[in-house]
Amino acid sequence: MEEFLPFLFNGLSISSILLLTAIGLSIVFGMMGVINFAHGEFIMIGCYSSYIASLVLGSKGTWTALVLAFVLAFALAFAIGYIVERLVIRKLYARPLDSILATWGISLILQQVARNIFGSNNVEAPMPKILNEGLKVSEGITLPFNRLFIIIITILVILLVYIFMYKTPKGRILQAVMQNRAMASCIGINTKKADAFTFSLGCGLAGIAGICISMLGSVGPSTGQNYIIDTFLVVILGGIGGLRGTILAALLIGLCNPFIEYFTTSSMSKVIILSLVLVVLQFKPQGLSPMKDRTID
Amino acid sequence: MKNVILTFALLALVFSCKEKKETSNSNEDTIKVGVLHSLSGTMAISETDCKNATILAIEEINAAGGVLGKQIEPIIEDGASDWPTFTEKATKLIDQNKVKSVFGCWTSSSRKAVLPVFESKNNLLFYPVQYEGMEASKNVIYTGAAPNQQILPAVEYMIKAGKKKFFLVGSDYVFPRTANKIIKAKLKLDGYDIVGEEYAPLGHTDFTSIVQKIKSSGADAVLNTINGDSNIGFFKQMKSSGLSSPAVTCMSFSIAEVELKGIGVDIMKDQLTAWNYFMSMKSEANEKFIKAYQAKYGADKVTDDPIEAAYFGVYLWAEAVKKANSFEPADVQKAIGGVSFDAPEGTVSIDPKTNHTIKNFMIGKANEHGQFDIMYQSPVMIKADPFPSIATDKRVIAPGNIQ
Repeated sequence: MEEFLPFLFNGLSISSILLLTAIGLSIVFGMMGVINFAHGEFIMIGCYSSYIASLVLGSKGTWTALVLAFVLAFALAFAIGYIVERLVIRKLYARPLDSILATWGISLILQQVARNIFGSNNVEAPMPKILNEGLKVSEGITLPFNRLFIIIITILVILLVYIFMYKTPKGRILQAVMQNRAMASCIGINTKKADAFTFSLGCGLAGIAGICISMLGSVGPSTGQNYIIDTFLVVILGGIGGLRGTILAALLIGLCNPFIEYFTTSSMSKVIILSLVLVVLQFKPQGLSPMKDRTID
Repeated sequence: MKNVILTFALLALVFSCKEKKETSNSNEDTIKVGVLHSLSGTMAISETDCKNATILAIEEINAAGGVLGKQIEPIIEDGASDWPTFTEKATKLIDQNKVKSVFGCWTSSSRKAVLPVFESKNNLLFYPVQYEGMEASKNVIYTGAAPNQQILPAVEYMIKAGKKKFFLVGSDYVFPRTANKIIKAKLKLDGYDIVGEEYAPLGHTDFTSIVQKIKSSGADAVLNTINGDSNIGFFKQMKSSGLSSPAVTCMSFSIAEVELKGIGVDIMKDQLTAWNYFMSMKSEANEKFIKAYQAKYGADKVTDDPIEAAYFGVYLWAEAVKKANSFEPADVQKAIGGVSFDAPEGTVSIDPKTNHTIKNFMIGKANEHGQFDIMYQSPVMIKADPFPSIATDKRVIAPGNIQ
């Protein structure tokens, strides 16, 4: 158990990062079918929000700044997501290939905007001091507080998204639109509004992921690029549709990672995990937990 | 089809006009040099500063009257972080702009990409960055450090500090792997343990497993050649796992003042790095350099090792031109051996045997102001040994290299 604990914890914390970054994309890509290459840049917007929060409050990492950062990250990413949907994505729902190019372009634009506003160098987003320390379980094992914090945030976000999507009337409307647009429109749902909201929600969630990432890694114009591939991997492995597949996929990749990395190297573990995903997709081309629906493709 | 031909004809016309304009612009009183750095793409963060330092030195020389009575005219080209583009732009600078020398490149890949161009056209490249060695072309002047001017003395320093178990981490590409090959040879020779060696892909973000391995290996020294952003994830993970100095000392080879700012002073405080120059050096030449640099590019700008090397490279070239009394690359190349300049890091000179710079060596410890406190400085300037005998069984000398 003593030796097993760090693996389990590392696995969980990698899973939580994967899940947090993928949850927004899972909604946008999984439910709407929009391949959003700019997802990483919405994560970046979240990262910069914690920097902005620390600038506004002029402090060195307080909890108030962190709370403000979360609010700001969600609001900013949501708002920019809304604008992007209105201006670009809206016109491309029936053209997935074009949306790849368009969102890639948006990703470049957002990166350059960040570079122009904040400069090309990385910035520092101060966090409450305690988060940089760790909980000492025994001599060889320390559980970092920031990782624990991120796991808690992830669970909270998943719960909130779940409740919103499956338990509230608004969430059900979104689900109805995603599952059968024509029928939803027939019963009087404004599908355009629903689209805009879903896309913005996905972006907002990416913003929240950004805050957590700023605790672990860099805050710079190209930060989002480091996460986009892993994020797509999780969503594709999880399968188009509901949250369950995304959660499963994130846990699977995250928990396998520390073991594979322990016995091989970081570069090798990436290769092995990608091959594993390929094998799984051979047998389950729809992903681990595809959404069952009655529409004819 | 007609339209296509017409367009091409028009394009050709436009380009020929442009070229004409360029040639008519050059007059008898200026001499052209090339500046070839990535001003876009991933390397732009680092290379833009090098370009700025090169331009600063050129402007200073021009303000003081130029070289041999001529003003220097820099032609700036963007390598775009793409190695084939570097080759293309180097060829363009030499063939079209007829530059007499080029200042540029950062990554070893870009240097290797342009090397054949400089060798076949017998032009000169001034290369400002520390690198992994194993090269000595007569057409390249290396103003950054070779392994024995940065990596090896730093390992020596760690050994003297009483460290016994070494763990090597790096990004997965040429420089860290070659550097670690040299480090391993050195440690083996001296009888020390290497308890682990790990490489993370470039841009890697999650260092939980690697840090876990460092922890369980019982290492008391970590030699870090991780590049760029990944360092942030690495150091944050090290800190939150409770691995910190003095129990586990980390020595980094790719973090200078510019990177320090982005990683965060909280995270990096008390970490060691090895370089040939630090902004915090106390010397008249350095103060003058920092003042000029900040006056031109902004008071919040920091200087670091490659920036300084890019800066004094231009001065070394100017000195060599004066000595040769000629701008021709072949003459400058012959004259540059032994030429010296009072650089911010001290008096540097070019070793005619290797075309490398005889440089200072220092260890710095990051402080809370985003600067390094100098912990150690070599008593004398160190000669470069691009082919350290401990790493090579036989000396690899490629055609065109200095014998």
